[in-house]
Parts: sequence; C-alpha cells; structure tokens
Amino acid sequence: MAESIAFYTLSAFILGFALLVVTTKDTVHSVLFLVVDFLFVAALYVLLGAQFLAAIQVLVYAGGIVVLYLFVVMLVNLKRPPEEYRDPRRRSMLGIALSVAVLLELTAIGLYSRSYPAPALAAGAAAMPVTGNTEQVGWLLYTSYLIPFEIASMLLLVAMIGAIVLAKREL
Amino acid sequence: MVLSAALFIIGVAGVMMRRNIIIIFMSIELILNAVNINLVAYANQVQNAIGQVFAIFVIAVAAAEAAVGLGIILAFYRNKETVNIDEMNLMRW
Repeated sequence: MAESIAFYTLSAFILGFALLVVTTKDTVHSVLFLVVDFLFVAALYVLLGAQFLAAIQVLVYAGGIVVLYLFVVMLVNLKRPPEEYRDPRRRSMLGIALSVAVLLELTAIGLYSRSYPAPALAAGAAAMPVTGNTEQVGWLLYTSYLIPFEIASMLLLVAMIGAIVLAKREL
Repeated sequence: MVLSAALFIIGVAGVMMRRNIIIIFMSIELILNAVNINLVAYANQVQNAIGQVFAIFVIAVAAAEAAVGLGIILAFYRNKETVNIDEMNLMRW
C-alpha cells in the first residue's frame, strides 16, 4: 500500500516536471527542471529495486549530462529569443497531431498485448551465483553481455573524440 | 507502463512543437528515460536483472548522443548565431 502511494506520488512529480521541461520558455529553467525530473526517476528506480541503476542515473544524468546541457546553454547566450522567429511554412498543428498519433499507437499496442498473457520467462536468474542488485548487474554485464559492454565503451570513446573534433574551432 | 508511455508522449510532443534545438535534445533525453523506466519496471516484474543491464546500455548511448549532439549545436551556433531549427536550412535541397 505504501509502495503504491509512493509510486503514484513519484509518477505525478515525474510527469509534472517533464511537462514543465517541455513548456517553459526559459532554457535555463528548463534544464533545472530536467535535473529534478531525473532525480525523481532515480527515486523511482530505487522503488523498483534497481539501486545500482539509480546511482548511475544520479551520477551520469543529473551529474554529467545536465552539466553538459547547462554549459551549452550558457555558451549559447542568445541575443534574441529563439522562439521569436517563426517559419511561415511550419505546421505546429501537425506536431500535435503526430504526438496524438503516437499516443494512439501505444494505446493500441497496449490493448493488443493485453489479450495475450505474458510469456513465462526461463529461469535464467536462478543460475546466478551472487545476490544483491549491484552484484547481479555486474555479473550479467561481465558474463552474458560482455561484448555489448565493450561495444558501448567503444561507442563512448568514439563519441568523446567526435565531440572534441566538432567543438574545436579549427583542426 | 502508463507512466512510461505518458513520459514518452511528453517527449515526443516536445520534439514536435518546440523550436529551440536544446529543448528538443532535452525532450529526447526524456524519451530515453521513459524507455529506461519501462525496462526497469519489467526487470522488477520478472525478477531478473537483464532489463537493468540494458538500461545501463541505454544510458551509455544517451551520454554519447548528448555529447555529440551538443558539439554539433555549438559548431552550428558558431556559424549561424541561432539555435532555432526553423533557421537551420543549410542542408536544404
């Protein structure tokens, strides 16, 4: 009971701050709302029993990515607000209509998949020799998912080099 | 699930409706977060940590995407002095 109350409270906060992120005029305020949103998502991860992922969320998202966004927002100090200029060919209603279309698709998928019961998962977790959330995630990461792990590390390296090359004034 | 879908929809609406490209990038982060919530919720439901492993991969890819995307924004801003996507028509055909 307490769990579901906490879940609904966190959900309300997450959705509210996400709406604020999308609708606020000031970009700096938007970034700050994004930090709060990520922190609430981390709290939701703790509630869902993913403590390690919650820590990663706080460190990487709320700590790293958002600071990156803030840097860019501060560097790109705008002399005129970007929302002023309006392309006459732009169709704002089309955006809303497409969002509604995605919503309808998700609802259709949800209704469709409800008619099938969830398949019973193979008991792969039973073979895990360790207990505890962080140990489980680490064990999976270094055994079954070693190659995706290495590929992700290569991707991060390439992204780092690419960002440096892009942000350099001239090579 | 409903929470994840709603967050996803907010992200999609943000991508579609805003003209500031930085806010569009933040909306993409919201979408990726919605996907992560979904993965973790399923991992909790089936008592299996695999979903969390994939959520970690999603976070890694999101970090890479943010770094490269913001680098592109900076390079573009240096050339054109704008972050409005309606004025980004260098690749117009």
